[in-house]
Amino acid sequence: MITCLGDVLFPEVGVAMVRLLRRLGVTVDFPEGQTCCGLPLFNSGYHREAAAVAARTAALFRDAEHVVVPSGSCAWLLVKEYPALLAHQGYPTADAERLAARTRELSQFLVDVLGVTELEAAIPGRVTYHDSCHLLRGLGEGRSPRALLTRARGVELVPLPGADECCGFGGSFSVRLPEVSSAILDAKLDSVERTGADCVVACDAGCLMQMSGGLRRRRSRVRALHLAQVLAGEGS
Amino acid sequence: MSDSGPAGRFADRATAALGDRHLQQALSIATTKFIGLRREAFAEFPLGDQLRDRARAVKEATLQRLDHYLEQLADNVERLGGHVHWARDAAEAREILLRLCRDKGVRMAVKSKSMATEEIDLNEALEHAGVRPVETDLGEYIIQLAHERPSHIIAPAIHKTKEQVADLISAELRRPLAADPEVLTAAARAELRQKFLDADMGITGANFAVADTGTVVLVTNEGNGRMVTSLPRIHVAVMGIDKVIPSMSDLVLFLNILAKSATGQKLSVYTTLVRGPRHPGELEGPEEFHLVLMDNGRSAQIAGPLREALYCLRCGACLNVCPVYRKIGGHAYGHTYPGPIGILLTAMLKGDRSVRELAHASSLCGACHEVCPVRIDIPRMLVELRSGLDRQRLAPAGERLLFRAAGRVLRSPALYRLAARLGRLAQHTVLRDGWPRLAPPILRRWTRTRELPRVADRTFAERWKELR
Repeated sequence: MITCLGDVLFPEVGVAMVRLLRRLGVTVDFPEGQTCCGLPLFNSGYHREAAAVAARTAALFRDAEHVVVPSGSCAWLLVKEYPALLAHQGYPTADAERLAARTRELSQFLVDVLGVTELEAAIPGRVTYHDSCHLLRGLGEGRSPRALLTRARGVELVPLPGADECCGFGGSFSVRLPEVSSAILDAKLDSVERTGADCVVACDAGCLMQMSGGLRRRRSRVRALHLAQVLAGEGS
Repeated sequence: MSDSGPAGRFADRATAALGDRHLQQALSIATTKFIGLRREAFAEFPLGDQLRDRARAVKEATLQRLDHYLEQLADNVERLGGHVHWARDAAEAREILLRLCRDKGVRMAVKSKSMATEEIDLNEALEHAGVRPVETDLGEYIIQLAHERPSHIIAPAIHKTKEQVADLISAELRRPLAADPEVLTAAARAELRQKFLDADMGITGANFAVADTGTVVLVTNEGNGRMVTSLPRIHVAVMGIDKVIPSMSDLVLFLNILAKSATGQKLSVYTTLVRGPRHPGELEGPEEFHLVLMDNGRSAQIAGPLREALYCLRCGACLNVCPVYRKIGGHAYGHTYPGPIGILLTAMLKGDRSVRELAHASSLCGACHEVCPVRIDIPRMLVELRSGLDRQRLAPAGERLLFRAAGRVLRSPALYRLAARLGRLAQHTVLRDGWPRLAPPILRRWTRTRELPRVADRTFAERWKELR
């Protein structure tokens, strides 16, 4: 599944993910007609609208064996919220329940389903990892991305102090309170730059948008990359 | 800060807070310290997680029979010789206190730290009635000197640097004092000692009230709580009805997690148990004991969407870890209770309308949920609150229209593709060196500190055709 920000702003992440999965022997399909998981609507409280989006998204993936999402927050919504959201809004929940059971965020899929133990990094160098809030606290996943980066040949993973602290994106939060969002981002980027890493890796399009926007404004030498890009190339 | 809430917009107060150098310095040091201390306390206490689950279960079970436990508490307090007062709202609670002051000829009241009395604007009401309230918790003493309100649930003066505190206490005592916490504390201590002896009434909150023994429990670190409850001739404790717990064994459970969550201490320095007034043969304690049981919006949420917020122990852990609180401090929220839990409590006490802006003062990062000793799912409730704002048409009309339109676009692949294409076209008119240089109005403030991402030349869906 490639959701809105990934589709429109970071298509290279999706391309990198497809290459990576194929290299690992996975047959990849991309059901047509995907738009958004509905998270921006859900988080702002527009649950009727979010449910309408969720219902058609869930239906699109009816036949998939596994659903892999390169975005922790979207994966969280699918896994943790879709069934209850649809039930509350009076939709049938069978598709959503099946989807929730078969959905993994990319790093989870690589580690838990494929059992990847070693791989070659396409972008070698010194990297640090930022935990996306929904992946870490929503899905309880902080281990798999780190395990992959540690195992990837050519990558040196350095710890990020305050890795589990929010980058300040929060979807519409960053538009409603842009100054507060920026102040939170500043603390995050200061921490990233102090590690001496070449790039900060995240598993969520939202965090990547926020951090790369801030890094470019700072004219920092550090880049923000998706895990899939480190493992399979820029995807350009 | 009355019931109607503060003037002006939350967003403006938040932005102003970001520019306050003293505040930024004080907040950053204090919240980082609290986070570390809490983490260490639970790291050394493997039972912690299990006890948190049990504490949550006790809170839930208590709520299910809240009327029973409150009656039991009231009966036991009365049996011990105390007086029980029921207050439906803040105005009734204030009136009970003022009437007591009038009837008993009270001219000065010493207070130990209490959010319940902040909630009802008690100090202003007392002053207005000619009764002098004296805060005796050091942090509360500082902000009373500064004519401010607490900016944190357990560390009311967290927003002040020690230099600012030195200026305040020096001015009050009319002698220069060094910006040294020990010097300042000793000076305040000496000053307050006489106040305890002179006061006619001691006013406290309650961290817990044990139903089956009639015990009011205060958790403090400075010993002032003990003085307030034992030296003046009258002691009045004001508590929200959510503070009742069934038994002393439950108290042990909560004490085990409260201080660890709040300050990282195994236990706070003083745990004061109060059972009614002084009884014959006892050496200390007040002649009269009054307990004010205050509803003020709480009972309406027992079956409401904010039910879980009634579990709250007021430890403040969610404030310390909240990225928003850590940047803007407590005053910017504009109500008695700041931080993530404060948004929910404000909605509970003052209604949804009062949190139209505040409901969005969270990135929903979930750090609050992670540290809450009773695991209140604050982010989920904030989302529910937002949803309620839409349903009650309290959200701005423009916003509702925008999200309705977004919903329409996102459930139609054709409209979605069209929107992506339009975005790309619009962006082309403002590209410089391959990056957008001009943002649409709604994103102008976003782009003051961040570059906008670029709408890709081809979406993933378009590139998929070649990848296939």
